[in-house]
Amino acid sequence: MRLKSALAAAAIVALTAACGGGGAEQEPSSGEPVKLDFLSLAWQKESVEANKQLVEEWNKANPGVQVTYVQGSWDTVNDQLVTSFEGGDAPDVIHDDSPALSGFAAKGYLLDLKDKVPAELRSDIPQPAWDTVTFGDGKGGEGVFGVPFLQESHVIIANKKLLDAAKVRIPTSGEPWTWDEFADISKKLTKGDTYGVAWPMKSPVNKTLNLALNFGGTFFQTTGGKTTVKVGAEEKEVLQRIHDQLYKDKSADTAALGMGTADPLPGFFADKYAMLPVGVFLRQQVAEQAPDGFEWVTLPPLKGVSAEQGAVSQTLSVAADSKHPDEAVTFISFFLNGPNQAKLARGDWLLPTSVKAASDPVLTTEENGWDVATASGKNLVVAPFLKVNGFDEWKSKVATPVLQEFYANKITIDEAAKRLVDDGNKVLERYQR
Amino acid sequence: MRRVPQYAALLAYLVFLAFPLVWLLSTALKTPQEMAALDPAWIPRDPTLANFGDAFGEQDLVGAGARSLVVALASSLLTVAVALPAAYALARYRGLLKQVTLGWVLVSQVFPFILIIIPLFMVLRRLDLVNTLTGLVVVHVTFTLPFALWMLQGYVRSVPRELEEAAAVDGAGRIRSIVSVVAPLLAPGVVATLLFSFISSWNEFLFALVVLKDPEVMTLPLTLVRFTGPEGVSRLGPLAAASLMATIPSLIFFAIIQRRLRSGLMAGAVKG
Repeated sequence: MRLKSALAAAAIVALTAACGGGGAEQEPSSGEPVKLDFLSLAWQKESVEANKQLVEEWNKANPGVQVTYVQGSWDTVNDQLVTSFEGGDAPDVIHDDSPALSGFAAKGYLLDLKDKVPAELRSDIPQPAWDTVTFGDGKGGEGVFGVPFLQESHVIIANKKLLDAAKVRIPTSGEPWTWDEFADISKKLTKGDTYGVAWPMKSPVNKTLNLALNFGGTFFQTTGGKTTVKVGAEEKEVLQRIHDQLYKDKSADTAALGMGTADPLPGFFADKYAMLPVGVFLRQQVAEQAPDGFEWVTLPPLKGVSAEQGAVSQTLSVAADSKHPDEAVTFISFFLNGPNQAKLARGDWLLPTSVKAASDPVLTTEENGWDVATASGKNLVVAPFLKVNGFDEWKSKVATPVLQEFYANKITIDEAAKRLVDDGNKVLERYQR
Repeated sequence: MRRVPQYAALLAYLVFLAFPLVWLLSTALKTPQEMAALDPAWIPRDPTLANFGDAFGEQDLVGAGARSLVVALASSLLTVAVALPAAYALARYRGLLKQVTLGWVLVSQVFPFILIIIPLFMVLRRLDLVNTLTGLVVVHVTFTLPFALWMLQGYVRSVPRELEEAAAVDGAGRIRSIVSVVAPLLAPGVVATLLFSFISSWNEFLFALVVLKDPEVMTLPLTLVRFTGPEGVSRLGPLAAASLMATIPSLIFFAIIQRRLRSGLMAGAVKG
């Protein structure tokens, strides 16, 4: 009997509360502040704090335009956005990354910001970064569908004690290691239970393609308006060098191949791996998780024929359906000004696109390798795959399995190249009909 | 001695079931340094509550938990309220409608959720139910109902028809025999269905992600995912601490209700 009463009471409470919960957004009547929803994907503690603090600052200074901070997640943001775009209920200001913008822009979900971004913000961000957010608008024209603000480069995080013991040259941003030097040093560092390097290649495509630019490898070519996959000598260079480290030099641990980005860290802290070629954001995890007394350094990106790396950007965009697009752009201009970008970059351990932010002392300090990381931003160019229609399918259906098989030494480089091109072109063709 | 293998198998199964929860607890109490140790230990060397502090300090876990509880209770009670009479009708009446209904219930389980999510969102929007807990309850009830109906129908079938006939002989009408004879015997089935609906709703993520957008209405699964970042990197400590806290209401609900689940089925029905 008591159970029945408890359930009945719970039912009443639950139904009453459910019916009263939440509420649809109201149109502001005159005199009421404009309300903007800002979907943010910040997730690291410092980054969330920086985002919230900037929103609070804005709301205090702009009582007429109140921003609601909504935290989303990288894993699910695109499912969430597709539904809300289709349903006409998208957040006004949207945090995402540039590869996702291309599809949304083509469908007309995002506002073209070409003529809306203030000159000061426009000139503070270099053109290569703007290139990462410039896409076709689905109507035959081109537009700028976001403001790029954070980028990632690949650096090398190394165990300082092992480097010092091997007496190797410590590279600088002005004089980085070449891939040849890197291979030699990796061999030198491989001793006993220690491997010179670990290549976590659970998701091998973006990493390989971004690094391939060191030797001019673009993987895609466009002639006569038609894009095809290309795997020639330039593209094969980085693939072969990584493969050599794994199977010829044996300076890279094959057991690390199946790992995700952060997975080799326990081995790194235990002297099992001397160096990790990883994105700059991983420094946060290293700084947080390193055992007491563990010394580590951030080394600049490697150099092939150049030190160029492909980059994508994190972006802020405005939904095409936003009822307050001008206010949304004004908010973005505040949010991404130089000093604020420096705070956001610091919070996310990434590189700002703002020139002013990049010279901020908090991003040029030697502490935690910020000086090296920030300097590596100058090598970033728009990733060649960013504007390839069908890249996502090529990546998941063709390139990921092929590269995994190649790095696992199950197929030769020529077989890998053939499949990347033949199977890849079949995929791309469907997108270009 | 003959029972040793049985107990060994039971123990192995218990360990298998308990492993994720124990590992979650262990992770929640570890420092970031210990989490990155090459040889992970079951028992944290320097146990810390900092992860719980971070989890509760950074996210509104209590509010989100309360909202999840409201949604799960409302969904499970409504599901049972709708499914119970329908299940009785399906189990006891014959005819074309019954076959069609059962067929449709099964077919509805075949559609992948992702296919219907956009139309569903548009329907909810038209009804002004987007971004409300009511909207989420409606969705959860809709999606739990077919399986709940199927489950309850099985329980109703297992109540011998003869019991109702005996009640009729004693002068009870249809309603009276349902209330006084069938309903008490269905208690374990109702409890099992309640549990199933509660847990489905408590853990549900995708619909909540699509329906809810303001921080003030977000449920627990949406809050937990905020500790994860791109490329599979996550803040493991606070995530483990928050996930551990998120399992507690389910455990309490199960503890309260489980006695009903195992006791009473057909009690006295076959007394000679």
